[in-house]
Amino acid sequence: MLEIKDLTVEVEGKEIIRNLNLNIEEGEVHVLFGPNGCGKTTLLMTLLGFPNYKVTGGCIMFKGVDITNLPTNERVKLGMGMSFQHPPEIRGVKLGDMVNIAQGRKEETIDEDVIALAKRLNISVEFLNRDVNLGFSGGEVKRSEILQLLAQSPDFIMFDEPDSGVDVENIELIGKIMSELLDRNKMPSKREKAGLIITHSGSIMRHIKADRAHVMLEGRIACSGMPDEITRNVMETGFERCVELCVRSKEVDAE
Amino acid sequence: MTKKETIERAERAKTKKAALGEDITIEGYIAGEEHETLNSLDEFPEEYRQDLLDAGIEPSEKGRSGSFLQRDCSVVFSTVKYPGLELMSTTDALKKHDWLKDYLWKAVPVDQDKYTADVELGQTQGYFIRSEPGKKVTMPVQSCLFISSDKIGQKVHNIVIAEENSELHIITGCSVSHAVNSALHLGVSEFYVKKGAKITFTMIHNWGPGMEVRPRSAVVIEDDGAFISNYILMTPVKSLQMYPTAYCVGKNARASFQTVIYAIGDTKIDSGTRTVLRGEGSRSEIISRVIATDNAKVIARSDVIGEGTNARGHIECRGLMLSDTAEIDSIPELKATRKDLDLSHEAAVGKVAEEEIQYLMARGLSEEEATSVIIRGFLNVDITGLPEGLARETKKMFDLSLEKVV
Repeated sequence: MLEIKDLTVEVEGKEIIRNLNLNIEEGEVHVLFGPNGCGKTTLLMTLLGFPNYKVTGGCIMFKGVDITNLPTNERVKLGMGMSFQHPPEIRGVKLGDMVNIAQGRKEETIDEDVIALAKRLNISVEFLNRDVNLGFSGGEVKRSEILQLLAQSPDFIMFDEPDSGVDVENIELIGKIMSELLDRNKMPSKREKAGLIITHSGSIMRHIKADRAHVMLEGRIACSGMPDEITRNVMETGFERCVELCVRSKEVDAE
Repeated sequence: MTKKETIERAERAKTKKAALGEDITIEGYIAGEEHETLNSLDEFPEEYRQDLLDAGIEPSEKGRSGSFLQRDCSVVFSTVKYPGLELMSTTDALKKHDWLKDYLWKAVPVDQDKYTADVELGQTQGYFIRSEPGKKVTMPVQSCLFISSDKIGQKVHNIVIAEENSELHIITGCSVSHAVNSALHLGVSEFYVKKGAKITFTMIHNWGPGMEVRPRSAVVIEDDGAFISNYILMTPVKSLQMYPTAYCVGKNARASFQTVIYAIGDTKIDSGTRTVLRGEGSRSEIISRVIATDNAKVIARSDVIGEGTNARGHIECRGLMLSDTAEIDSIPELKATRKDLDLSHEAAVGKVAEEEIQYLMARGLSEEEATSVIIRGFLNVDITGLPEGLARETKKMFDLSLEKVV
C-alpha cells in the first residue's frame, strides 16, 4: 500500500530525514519508535504532504500512485488519514463540522451513525457542538481525532502519538477503536486497512497488535523487527541500546 | 423639551461635526418622488425583489407578526397581524399617541451632531414599533428601509418601545437598489426596553459602494429588561460610522451586541458599540468579528462604562485580515467608576492560519474550501436569546449573506 524509497526531507533548510526506506503492505500495521527530534513526526507530515516538509530526494508511492508532489487533499482522497498529536484550534468550526467534512457531507446535521460512534468514544452531542480543539484536554483531542478518522474511514491511517497525555482508561478505549479502524479484529487475510503508529512511550502497544516495529534514529530507520521484541527492548533499555541489540542480532544472523 | 426648543437645538447643531468618522457632505441629497402605497409586499417591483431578500425581508410575510417597508422617503407598506403589536410610520404614530413626543430625542440627543440635527429638521419618516404591556410578540416584526433612486437622502427617525413585561423580536434590513450610485442614509433609532421587557433586534445592512451612512442609535433598558442586537454587514459601503449605545439604567438590565462585518472593496467603516452599566447588577456583552479584505478600512470600537454596583461587562473583538492593503483598527475601552464591578476585554487581529488550512486539507478539503470554512467559522457567532425559529432563520440569512462573499 505504501512504499517509501530513499526519502530525504528538509524542514526550513535543515535535513531531517535521510534516505529512508519503508514498505507497508495492505493489512499491516507498523509502529515507529524513536526519541524526540528523530524525525518521526516529520515523516508523517511528509507522507501527508504538508508544504513545510520538502522532499529533496526519493519518492513516496501510495496504492501504486507517486504522491510525492500531490497536495494533501489529493492524498486524502486516495485514502490517507491522520490522527494529529497537536491539532490546531479553529474558532467557530465545531467538532461536528469537522466530522461532516471528514465524511464528505455537505449537510450541517450530523449523521446518526456518527453520533453512535461518538457515543462509543464517550463524546456527547454537546461536545460535538464545541469549537474543534478549543480547550480540549489531551484525551479529548485524541478521541476527537479518532472520531474524525472513523467518519473519514481512510485505508491507510497514521497516528501521531495517540497515547501521549492520555489517562490509562482512555488509552484502552483508544487502542480498542484504533484496532477496529485498522481491521485488527479481522482474520489476517481479511485485513484491508494499513497503519503507521508513532509512539514515544509505547504504552499504546499494550492495546493494539502491530505486525512490525521500527526504531528511528537521526532521520533513518535504525532497526526493524517484531513489535513485541522491539517494544520490550525499547522499554527496558532505551532507543539506542535497542538499536545496538538489533544490529548485534543481525550480525549474529549473518554469521 | 417643547418642539420649538428641539428645533432650536437642532438648528444650532446644523454644522456640528460628529465626534468620529469623516465629515461627509449631506447637502444636495433629495427626498425624491412620492411612492404609492402597496396592498402587499408582493406588489413591490420585481427588480428590487432580491435587494429585499438580501436584507432579510420575507415578501410573503409568512411567520411575521407585522411588516413595514419604506421606499426612499415614502412608507409604502405597513401592516400588523398580531394583537398587542403596533407598527406604523413615526409620523402617524406621533399623530396617534400624544405621549410619544416624550420619547423623541430622549435616548439620542438631537444636537449630538449635524446628522441628528438634520434628521430633526428634515425627517423623512421612519418606523414606530411597540409591544403592549405583558404582550409577548414572539413572531418577528420585519421592517425595511429601502433606497431605490440616486441622490436620495433618507433621514429616518425610528422609535421602538417594549412596554413592561413584553417581548419584541425585530428583523430589520436597510437595503439599496443595485442601480443607485450615490445616496445617503441618516437613521436615528431610539429603543426603550421597559421593566422586565425584551427586545431582540437583528439588523442586516445591505449597502452599496456609493452609500454614505450615519446611523445614530441608543437603547434605554430598565429593571430586568434585555436588549439583544445582532448586526450583519457583508456588502461594500462608501462610508459608515456608527456607535450605538445601550444605557442599562435599571437593576439587572442586560445588553448584548454581536456584530459581524465583512468589509470588501474600498469600504470605510467606523463602527462601535458602547454600553453604559448604570443599574445595579446590570451586564453587557459586546462581541464583534471583523474581516477586512481588498482596500477596506475598519475601525472596530467597543466601550463599556461601569457605573453601577456589581455591574459586569465583557468585550470580545476579533479581526481577520485577508489583504495587505486593508486595515483593521481594534479599539476596546473599559471605564470603571467604582470598585465593585467587573469589566474585561479581549481583542485579537490575525490572519488565516496556515496550520488550520493544512488540518482541514488533511480531512479532504482543498485549500480554497479550507480557507472558506475558516472564514465562515471566524464569523460564526452563536446567536443567543432569539426564539428557536428566529435563531434558525437568522442563521440562514447569515449563511446566505456569507455565500455571496466566501
